[in-house]
Amino acid sequence: MTASTQDRHSEEFPTSKMEKSYSTPRTAINLALTILAFLLLGVALLPLFLVIGYVIVKGANRLNLELFTGSIPAALQQGGGIAPAIVGTLIVVGIAAAISIPFGVLAAIYLSEFSSGKIAWWVRFATNVLSGVPSIIVGIFAYGVIVVTTGTYSAVAGGFALAILMLPIVVRTADESLQLVPQEVRWASVGVGSSDFQTVLRIVLPAAMGAIATGVTLAIARAAGETAPLIFTALFTQFWPRGIWEPVPTLSVLIFNFAGLPYQNQQELAWAASLILVLLILLASILARWVASKSTY
Amino acid sequence: MSSRNWAENPQTDDSSAKPRQANASESVLRTEKVSVYYGETLAVQEVSMDILKNSVTAFIGPSGCGKSTLIRCFNRLNDLIDGCRVEGKVIYRGKDLYSSKIDPVAVRRRIGMVFQKPNPFPKSIYENIAYGARINGFKGDMDELVERSLQRAAIWNEVKDKLKTSGLSLSGGQQQRLCIARAIALKPEVVLMDEPASSLDPVSTQRIEELIHELKQDYTIVIVTHNMQQATRISDYTAFFNAEAGKNGKRYGYLVEYDKTEAIFQSPQEESTKQYVSGRFG
Repeated sequence: MTASTQDRHSEEFPTSKMEKSYSTPRTAINLALTILAFLLLGVALLPLFLVIGYVIVKGANRLNLELFTGSIPAALQQGGGIAPAIVGTLIVVGIAAAISIPFGVLAAIYLSEFSSGKIAWWVRFATNVLSGVPSIIVGIFAYGVIVVTTGTYSAVAGGFALAILMLPIVVRTADESLQLVPQEVRWASVGVGSSDFQTVLRIVLPAAMGAIATGVTLAIARAAGETAPLIFTALFTQFWPRGIWEPVPTLSVLIFNFAGLPYQNQQELAWAASLILVLLILLASILARWVASKSTY
Repeated sequence: MSSRNWAENPQTDDSSAKPRQANASESVLRTEKVSVYYGETLAVQEVSMDILKNSVTAFIGPSGCGKSTLIRCFNRLNDLIDGCRVEGKVIYRGKDLYSSKIDPVAVRRRIGMVFQKPNPFPKSIYENIAYGARINGFKGDMDELVERSLQRAAIWNEVKDKLKTSGLSLSGGQQQRLCIARAIALKPEVVLMDEPASSLDPVSTQRIEELIHELKQDYTIVIVTHNMQQATRISDYTAFFNAEAGKNGKRYGYLVEYDKTEAIFQSPQEESTKQYVSGRFG
């Protein structure tokens, strides 16, 4: 019986050794493709390291205390820092977060917990379309809605523009995070006599909080780097921010403005500001990762 | 098909909704011609039965026969499923649970539920018990309630030193006992269990079964199970459900036979029950 089985095998399959051999085509192709994939991975990661490396090399020589405390220098003025722009970026992004997070999370709660299939499908579709709108168009929209109506460029206008950019990211990530909470947990909550409101607020939302925070942090990181929508909303000044209804300097617009100036001082500051911006975004991403690792599901 | 007949005409022989050989114990829950639809699809057809007080009633039957669907009618959990519609009456303490005057949230405190998959809240062990009590306006000593419920569910000794840790950190069997503790903390009259041991190992299953045996002194328990040995071990009454294809080709479930557990397993009246309990199908 055993012998006949072996016989049949040797007839139908080519005889091959069990030892590994690089001369067989199968093993050789396998090895070659693995090496190719590894090399392409390196190529894909190269831009990240080049950008960060280049920004560090160019910006590091102005990385000192004055950068974080000094005010923005006028043309031909020496020294100075980018402190007003850091504060301005925080203000504008803060306004954007204050608008987009409540709206976005509430919209996601509706989508995930209460909507019927058809409405949810259309809202999700609209959200995806919104996330594809170029940021400069969003800037023009904010210009038309806020700047023209109020008659002034302002931090609020910039925050409004960034909020529109953040909104789809917040909605989508919060929606996905809420859907990750197992249905059984909602049933358990309803089973002990919770109303829908209590179930969402006390059980589902806390369980999804880690993942939602990740999405929000990534949205903030994305918004902080935006330039186009701020150019004609928050505008730019070289003074300290005086209020949310006035133009404020931001890091991204400072880079845009100073990189094009023919003065070495301003160009150096643009590089230093780039470094700070990259570091801020890197920090936000790491923070998001860390929060995500703490999340429940 | 005698039991099908009374299911179709319950008014003519109302008493047969009770298990055939039941003594005169009190009925806690009663269904009258309950049919459940998912959208247009019939899932359960015209079930009429009485659930008796302080007893364990097991629902057995092949997959897709509507056992879980029916048990979810008893605390209106089907409300959460889109397109689910219930016809007929589910009567608890003389009131139809599906009447428009009934608040389903208030029903669910009185009729608790333990689910197939252990589903503790993603909160601390203590909060898992305290949450339900708090939202239901519990005024007493919370620490005592938590301890008493966990003791009653035979898990106190395992968790008393780590009440602040997450309920999700427990093993599957412990999680399920935590879920039972959570259900009985609200002092329900009825506890519904939808295959509570199907995802657990044999040792945990045995602990859950012992616990069910303990609990029936104070609670009325309705349990769905796929495991016929389990039904014989723990239940006083057994209802056998079967599924059959309707006119549109979709299968729906119906109650075949409902009797004392020994009768169902030793002298079933229906041929399909006999075949099912002897393992010839399902």
